[in-house]
This record gives sequence, structure tokens and C-alpha cells, in this order.
Amino acid sequence: MTTSTTPGTVLTPKQVADRRARAPHISMFTRMILRAAVLRRGRAASALLAMIVAAAVATTMMNLYVDVQAKLRTEFRNYGANVVIVAKDGQSLPADALAKVESILGAKTLAVPFSYAVARTKDGQSVVVVGTDFTRARQLNHWWKVSHWPDAQNEALIGMRAATVVSPNRQPFELTFQGKAIQLAPAGMLQTGAGEDSRIYLNQSEFQNWTGVAPSTIEVAANGTAAEIETSIRQLAQLLPSTDIRPVRQIMEAEANVLNKTRATLYASATLVVLTSALCVLATLMGWVFDRRRDFAIMKALGASERLLNGFFAAEAAALGVVGAIVGFFIGIGVAIWIGRVNFHAPVVPRFSVFPYVLAGSVAVALISAILPIELLRRVQPAIILRGE
Amino acid sequence: MFLRIVYQSFRHQARRKLLAGIAIALGVAVATAMIAVATDIGDKINRELRSYGANLVVTPQEDTLDVEVGGINLKPPSDGTFLNEADLPKIRGTFWHHNIVGFSPMLPVTVKVGSGSGAKDVTLVGTYFNKALSFSKDDFTTGVRITHPWWRVSCGDGKESPNCGWPDDNSQNILVGERLATKLSKRPSDTLEVSGRQTTISGILSTGAAEDDQIVAPLALAQQILGKPGAVRRVYVSALTKPPDALSVRDPKTMTPEVYDRWYCSPYVESIALQLEEVIPHSHAEQIRQVAQNEGTVLSRIKGLMLLITLAALFASALAVSAAMATAIYERRVEVGLMKALGASSFAVSAIFFAEALLLAIVGGIAGFSAGALLAGQIGRSIFNSQISIEPVLFPIILAIAVFVTFAGSAAAVRRAVKFDPVFALRGEE
Repeated sequence: MTTSTTPGTVLTPKQVADRRARAPHISMFTRMILRAAVLRRGRAASALLAMIVAAAVATTMMNLYVDVQAKLRTEFRNYGANVVIVAKDGQSLPADALAKVESILGAKTLAVPFSYAVARTKDGQSVVVVGTDFTRARQLNHWWKVSHWPDAQNEALIGMRAATVVSPNRQPFELTFQGKAIQLAPAGMLQTGAGEDSRIYLNQSEFQNWTGVAPSTIEVAANGTAAEIETSIRQLAQLLPSTDIRPVRQIMEAEANVLNKTRATLYASATLVVLTSALCVLATLMGWVFDRRRDFAIMKALGASERLLNGFFAAEAAALGVVGAIVGFFIGIGVAIWIGRVNFHAPVVPRFSVFPYVLAGSVAVALISAILPIELLRRVQPAIILRGE
Repeated sequence: MFLRIVYQSFRHQARRKLLAGIAIALGVAVATAMIAVATDIGDKINRELRSYGANLVVTPQEDTLDVEVGGINLKPPSDGTFLNEADLPKIRGTFWHHNIVGFSPMLPVTVKVGSGSGAKDVTLVGTYFNKALSFSKDDFTTGVRITHPWWRVSCGDGKESPNCGWPDDNSQNILVGERLATKLSKRPSDTLEVSGRQTTISGILSTGAAEDDQIVAPLALAQQILGKPGAVRRVYVSALTKPPDALSVRDPKTMTPEVYDRWYCSPYVESIALQLEEVIPHSHAEQIRQVAQNEGTVLSRIKGLMLLITLAALFASALAVSAAMATAIYERRVEVGLMKALGASSFAVSAIFFAEALLLAIVGGIAGFSAGALLAGQIGRSIFNSQISIEPVLFPIILAIAVFVTFAGSAAAVRRAVKFDPVFALRGEE
């Protein structure tokens, strides 16, 4: 510590001793660590940089690993319903069924009611007419190719194949159900490549006014893991005992399959990347400590105990690990958010629960890379090191 | 002299060179494995996405309407036109036949189950389970076991045992949907009278869809019941497709011949549909939009993710290699001081370091490339049960990257070592 007196004033030894006693007390130990960081900042900086990059990469990987699965699940919901609720034996569902489903699964879950009837065209052909909620159906079934959604009274959405039968020139048409006739105008065409192409879709209230048939099916796009969906299904079964609740196996199993494969690949790559950066830190830090064998030898020659020496290098490494982990964590969160935005167009939620692992890992790697060279140097006579051999 | 210095450096500092070489090899191995996985992941996930089932359906051109609610067919079965079963193997003759994973014909028939007054109307679907077919010397098998991987056959109650399972395609054995089986209180190896024919139940089918209330039988049996040999109502085709892009959504009729050729020779779901229509007479092929349209999004998300992670991996391994090189050179300050004191120019000293770096990069790069190839293969086998092969084209690229990164990592350290005053270096100061 240098005295901070103005030049020219001469202090008596007693005054100097006084000042020193009053000055903030910094132990030799702290001072050595601080001086080492300041004086050899080039080498210390490169070691710290390696530490930061490793911590950042590890944070990014852990964040992505947790978050990507949730992100992919939302993507998979584009495949539509994964749970179907059907009234038993061709009956209608209880009137409050939709409300009950929403109360259990939460408002975010899409639940779309469907009711079915077989009507006749003027020339006596049978055609399936479906009543539904168009706003919900549109959200649930992203893949429906619709030229125009109905928005006026007595407008219907007509499947491609049904159109050739009921309204080949897009003219208004008449349907009868149990003697009751209805005049409908085609709003748009529906194309899906599946059963929907042969059907005619109507607004639920209009459908019910005409046929008196209430919804018999609710299609649900439930969010969450397979276990969470399983729990929801069990709760729903208790609440709606008169219904059959079935998971759509085609959707659930394929999703689980693709998700598992992706997760395994992600896990393998994350492990590889984290391992590489940990090894990089190990190599850099070991080089850094090895380089300072002269300091080590001088301290030892001056009579430093082995405990002090170990403590000194360990504390230095631990400090490096902590600083590196903190800085790297925030950079890593930033990178994870960036990847989320670029790839999924939605931010990745930062997971602070990852921090303890990153911190522990960084300090552990730093300590290992400090202790290993010290163990090697301990057996060597200080004189030999100082002679530069 | 130059060569001798480099040679001696490797001979006498073998341990140190080995460390740097290992660092390079490790970095290159991780980079190679990640690049290989990232380039192949699209193909692998595309195959996994086939577990969603068929993405194309082929129907007769003059098809009548399906009148079906909740899996129950309300239309007289003899109505309408049919495809010819004999045309189906021709699917293997289309331009993109390598991309066609499998296909299954379907023939729904309304049958009477049981006899006398207890008879019930049930839908029976005839199909291929795992049928052996051949097309111009090309033998293959196809059926619902490929196109509908979520169909499960058990002995009822989810239990499996050797005496129940998939029926043979040439037998009179059938599968009964699980809800129908409960209603009929039938178990595997019971006999069931279907429209006056005695059949044996070989297993209970669970699909989570309409088939749970139906009977699924070999196609030939359904044709016999219907009295129309060779008739097929529709064919489900499961094909590996290229995600939709600007070209795929254009109408082929408005394309110029060159654009049309490019469209026709890309495995878009639309062009595969057209090729199916060409080989099956009087047919209409349509994409099943639920499956076909969503594949692209999922695929591009996963591919994008792997690409970004690969970038992170490349960055991390580049840094590892640079750090190793910088450390290795830093440790040789004294040597540099000595060389410069003896009159070596900065250029000569740098040349020695770069020559050493080049040698290390090439040796480490080759070792790392082979290790990375093994690693990628291991990842492919353990996750996707199939080989991830590495394009040989990658080798020179990876090697070039390794040399570049090694040089970049060395450059700063070499410059500092060369600039360092030899007097201080020799005195052992910093």
C-alpha cells in the first residue's frame, strides 16, 4: 500500500505507523489475490474469458433444453385435437359439458363442440351436416384450407366433395332434415383431404334451430406433457360420467415420438458442447496456474505453508469461477432468448433455477484446474523452479 | 534449418504438442459430429414425423360422398366407384418411389355380425396388414403396420401374448376394435360370424379413433363379402415430402416448362399426388392437410434449433482450439527471445510457429474428423436407430476450418511473442 500524502511533507515513522493502523485493513491474502489479477491481467483476462464463454454456453444449453420442449409442444398443437369427448350411444352431451371442460383445462385450452346430422338434398342424396363454433374451429384446425369463413346468417362452409353434390356452381341450396327445410348459401369451400371434405358446416345456433340436435362431440387441444393430459382426462371422466373421453392416439403417440427424439438429440449436443467448453476452461486455467510456478516457488521459499498456498490458488480459482459464472449466466440467458426469438418467434423464459448449477459447475472446474497443477508443483523443489528448469 | 527447428520442436516437446493436438482433435470432433447431426436431422425427423400416418389419400375420381358419422357408415356400401387393387403396386413405379414409405388400401363394408335376431350392423374395413407385393422384380411389403404405427393389437385389456396378434393377409382372421369387442364380449381366438362367414378373431385392435368400433380384416375378405374382387375404396400413402415453399403452392398449370420440371422433380406433397394420379387410372390424390401441412413447421423448427446449437458448438470448439494454441505459444517466450537474440527476423519466427500450427491442425483435424464421424454414428444409432452418414465433402471443409481456427488462435499469441523484447524474455520477466 502506498502512502497518499502530498509530495513534500515528511512524515515521522510514528505518523506513518499511525496512518497504517487507521487505514482499512486489507489482509496479505486478499492483497495477493487482487495484485495477481491486476498485474497479470492479460493472462487473467483470457482465463476469465474462457470461463465466461463456458458458463454462457452451459446456461444457453440448459435453458434451451428445458424451454424448447414446451415450445415444441405448442408447435405440435397445430396438429389439432389430442383429446375427444364423445357422448355415449349417440346421445347429446349435457348442456354444461363445454363449460365443465374449460373449467378443468383452463381458458387457454381450445375446446370445440361439434354436432352431427344427416340431411337430404333436393334430389334425395344424403349429406352429413355439422354444427360448430367457427371461431374456435378455425383456431383448432389450422390446416383447414378455407376460401372464406361464413360470417352472415344462413351461410355454410362446404367441403370440396360435398360442394359437387349440393352446390356445383356455388348457388344457394336447400337441405331437409326430418321434414324441416333450410335455405343455405355457400360462404366458402373447405379442403382438408379427409372426412371433412364430404360435409357441410353450419353455425351451431343455426344448426340447433333447424335440427334441434345438440353437440355430441367436443374436440380438445390439451396442452402439457403426456402425464398432465392423462390427469386432465381422468378429471374430465369423473366430471362427465355420461361420456367417453379418448386420447387421440395418432396425435399423442406421434408427438411423443418426435419430441423424445428431439430431446435426446438436444441432450447429446448440449452435453458435447458443455463438455468441450469445460475442457477448454480446464486447459486454459491449468496453463495459467502452471505459468505462475515462479510465484509459487517464491512463496514457498519465503516459508508459506502448504495450506496457505493451496488456499491462495484455490481462492483465486474460485473467484474466477464465480465471476465467470455470473457474467456467463447473463450472456447465456441473452443467447437463449435470441435463439427463441429467431427460431420459435417467441422469447425463451429465463430460468434462474439453472444458475446454481452453472455456478457450482464453474467453481468446480476452476478448482480442479487450480489444484491439479499445484499438486504437481508441490513435489518439486522451489530452487529448481526458480532456476527456470 | 527451418524444417529442422520444426522437427526438433515436435521431438523434444512431444508432450506439449500432444496436448495442443488433443485440444484440436477434440474441437474438430465435436464440430464434425454436430455438423453431421445438424445436416442429417431434417431427414431423420422427417422419418419420425411419418408416425403421424399417411399424408396422402387416393380416391376414385368419380367418388360419391361419404356419409359417415362417428365411424359408422350410413351409406349402402355397393355405391360408387372403386380403384383397382391390381394398380396399387405401380405406386412403386413413380418417380419418387424411394420417398414412399408405405401405403394401405381401405375397403369399408357394412356387415352383419352374429346370426339370427341378434345380428348387428357393423363396419368392416378390409386392408393390408403387412402384405408382400412385387413390382417389376422389386419385392416389398406394405400395409397399416407401416402407415398407421399407432394401431395396437393386444389380447384385450392391453395384454399381449403369442396367441393373439396381427392376422395374416391371406387368412380369414380379423381384428375387432376394442369397444366393439367389449360390446360383443368377444376375445381373441373366438369365432365370429360376419355376414354368414365364420372368421376367427386374431386380436383386439386399439387405435383411439373410429376403428375402435369396427372390424378390420384382410382386404380379400372384405372384397369377398362385397362381391367385388379387386375393389379398393381409397388408398392411404405415407410419403417423405419436402416442406412447402414458394414453388410448391403454385398451380402447375400456370408454370413454364422449366419451372414445371423443377416442381415435378421435387418431392413436394403436391407433385407426389400428381404422380400417384398418373400411375393409378381414374384416381384423385389429395394431401391430408392435417398431417402434410404441419410437418413443415415442426421440421423447420427442429432444423433451425439444431443449426443454432451447431453454431454454438463450432464457436465453443473454435475457442477451445484457440486457447490451447495461445497457451502453447505463450509458454515458449524464452525460445522466441533466444531466436531473436540470434538474429532471426520476426517473419522467420512467425513462420516456424505457423508451420507447427499447420502440422498440428492437419494431424488433429484428421484424428478429430474420424472421432467425430464415430460420434455422429453413435448418436444416430442410439437415438434414431439408423446410421448418420458423413458426406466426404465435409472432410476438406472441416480441415480448412480447423487450420483457419488454429491460425486465428495462434496469430495473437505469435504477434505478442514476436514483439516481446528478447532481453526481458531471456531474463524471465513479463
